[in-house]
Amino acid sequence: MIRDHDALVVGAGGAGLWAALELAKAGIDSAVLTKLYPTRSHTGAAQGGVCAALGNQEEDHWEWHMFDTIKGGDYLVDQDAAEVLAREAIETVIELEHMGLPFNRTDDGRIDQRRFGGHTRNYGEGPVKRACFAADRTGHMILQTLYQQCLKAGVRFYDEYHVVDLVTEGGELGAGGRAAGVVAYRIADGELVTLRSKAVLLATGGFGRMFRVTSNAYSLTGDGVALAYRHGVPMQDMEFYQFHPTGIVGIGILLSEAARGEGAYLLDNDGFRFMERYAPKLMELAPRDMVSRAIVQEIRAGRGIDGKDYVYLDVRHLGRKMIDEKLPDITDFVRVYQGLEPYTDPIPIQPTAHYAMGGVPTNMLTQATRDAANTVVPGLSAAGEAACVSVHGANRLGTNSLVDLLVFGRRAGRQMALDIRGQDLPQVSEEVMEPVRAEIEAIRGRTKGERKEALRHELADVMMDDAGVYRDAVGLERARAKVAELRARYENVSVDDKGTVFNTDLLEAREVGYLLDCAETMVAACINRKESRGAHSREDYPDRDDVNFLTHSLATKGADGAVELAYKPVTITKFQPKPRVY
Amino acid sequence: MTVELRVLRYDPERDAKPHEERYTVEAGPMDRVLDLLHKVKYEQDGTLTFRRSCAHGVCGSDAMLINGRNRLACKIRVDQLGGRKITVAPLPGLPVMKDLVVDMEGFFAKFRSVQPFLQNESMPPERERRQSARDRARYDDTTKCILCAACTTSCPSFWARPEYVGPAAIVNAHRFIFDSRDDAAEERLEILADKDGVWRCRTIFNCVDACPRDIHITQAILEVSSAITGRRV
Repeated sequence: MIRDHDALVVGAGGAGLWAALELAKAGIDSAVLTKLYPTRSHTGAAQGGVCAALGNQEEDHWEWHMFDTIKGGDYLVDQDAAEVLAREAIETVIELEHMGLPFNRTDDGRIDQRRFGGHTRNYGEGPVKRACFAADRTGHMILQTLYQQCLKAGVRFYDEYHVVDLVTEGGELGAGGRAAGVVAYRIADGELVTLRSKAVLLATGGFGRMFRVTSNAYSLTGDGVALAYRHGVPMQDMEFYQFHPTGIVGIGILLSEAARGEGAYLLDNDGFRFMERYAPKLMELAPRDMVSRAIVQEIRAGRGIDGKDYVYLDVRHLGRKMIDEKLPDITDFVRVYQGLEPYTDPIPIQPTAHYAMGGVPTNMLTQATRDAANTVVPGLSAAGEAACVSVHGANRLGTNSLVDLLVFGRRAGRQMALDIRGQDLPQVSEEVMEPVRAEIEAIRGRTKGERKEALRHELADVMMDDAGVYRDAVGLERARAKVAELRARYENVSVDDKGTVFNTDLLEAREVGYLLDCAETMVAACINRKESRGAHSREDYPDRDDVNFLTHSLATKGADGAVELAYKPVTITKFQPKPRVY
Repeated sequence: MTVELRVLRYDPERDAKPHEERYTVEAGPMDRVLDLLHKVKYEQDGTLTFRRSCAHGVCGSDAMLINGRNRLACKIRVDQLGGRKITVAPLPGLPVMKDLVVDMEGFFAKFRSVQPFLQNESMPPERERRQSARDRARYDDTTKCILCAACTTSCPSFWARPEYVGPAAIVNAHRFIFDSRDDAAEERLEILADKDGVWRCRTIFNCVDACPRDIHITQAILEVSSAITGRRV
């Protein structure tokens, strides 16, 4: 069966939903596919805020936001893209308010704003109140608001359709071919459906599930990034993966940077605010990569709590009123998942795998690109965490993930509407689903083989231990060998559930395959980048090396299946690279 | 400690009707029911089927009936459930697709029926529409809803009459009816004044007990019904 739409959006988080809204406004026949229900998407887990230089609380300018984004990204950010991000942050936040988002308010009824890590006034002088927020459930409200508006606009949803392949026309996407649709697995009954379209947006989010301790949902397995890679599209800047400093010990659930934005402390075993040793000016509000490294350093120096592998986040001095009004959700998490009372107890935290700066390379119009010359892949776009524009460079600032999905989700919908004008639907045959059907049937049909969760578990361990906050050649080679071993074993993966109805066993096995693709390119890119920049910290190469590595990595699947690395220049417009101190 | 997990299971491809299966799992007091379900699925029986995503109570995927009450499996700990036996069944009142997975379409259709989106057709200002903190507080509580369906499927009025729009839909209507920026309160009140609207609520408070977001649902329903009554005076 083949169904036709002019445009398809894969993924129903913030980027996908805003793109769908723009397509609907333009009168395009479009549809959104999601393996969940739209309101389950992980945008909804974002907590602290979305930055825009509104200047509602104190003087602010988009140029300052742009600079902070570039410096925060350790100068690997494409500066033309950062300019778009910072400028359009303002109008997208205002538009969200017009759509009904219940932002917290100032005394005079404007959108309230608070401090966030790495966001400063006047090019680094000190913290600035830039993050617009709805308590500590800003992402929830963004997701709900965009979904509500999609319902109002009559957007077509395919809920619980798991996209398992991309359809191409005229060759692979890495060799001049065009994206022509997707193959989706209807979870309810196991039916495979081909959806043909003139344009496809990948808005599938990140892949934090490759790590043992992560803030990411179970569903974040890199599906869209991996599918594009299998069809010849590179993965860009995969070595840059952000660890958020304040995850709940052991299980990784995020405790928002908003806590520190409102004044929370980080304390070592002696009750000392240890950030003074690392970022005396911004203290707890230094960028995440620096704070995560600081925590690991403290733990290594034996100053973790009782010598263990965590430190304290302390909100006690903020008072109950502030905690209840501005941080209700995260304090609820602490009560439920740690059994502690944040009014009176300091909170044990450790870094948690959080966000992929890398992903599908795109230009500022969200069109996917396939080489160092930024050659556009016809029909394919990407936005949100799945994409690498690159506005985050080597390290994303807090709130900029939401800014990214708003600004570039909106751009994606508008650009797709333009791109498909005058285009015909591609030629797609009924047989196009056969390769992925064969893959799925092979997994389902295997009676005895590797258990998928064992593979994922082993992957998560090696990535956490050897490709985490700190890296070196020895660990990375160990990770490369392990991922290769897991890949070989994955060829023999099998599942218990052989049925067709709601077979999550089968789909989770597919997801492990996507994670392996992402992990393999990540490790390869890490090995090759012999410097430390942003979130990529090589203990054997501790310094940033602008002479050799002020450049984006592009990992492509070679003819023999091995990862091939190429590099492309960083766009620098207004701000020359400088040492990064806070 | 060892916990016996009793799960009501049903596979339409194999079973004529639902049946209970028992699993023995090792659990710590801080483990959540979702952790136990994963242990079974990963280590004992991969066919056990349930929805989940964020695993910390914000996405709303894993509402189910746990020891007789609607709970999110990711937000209820073993130590909160007391004994060594934990029973798990699908949400009541919705068609079961497989094991703990229910068909949510009817639930979402009720949500959609109350026009759950801001309606204000006036030309927006260049900047934000102003709203006082006080007006913002008027509907704050009902913005927390994650559409998990725990409330609606715990409601005896819903069980008795599946056409009842249910607490979740009313909560989401409340969120807009009391938003000073919205212009469509009248239309929503008209929808909820229907015989299967707010009047079906018997203030049994099951919904309040079930809500993983601690929304004051019965109060929200009362505010909506008061608004309907006030409108008619």
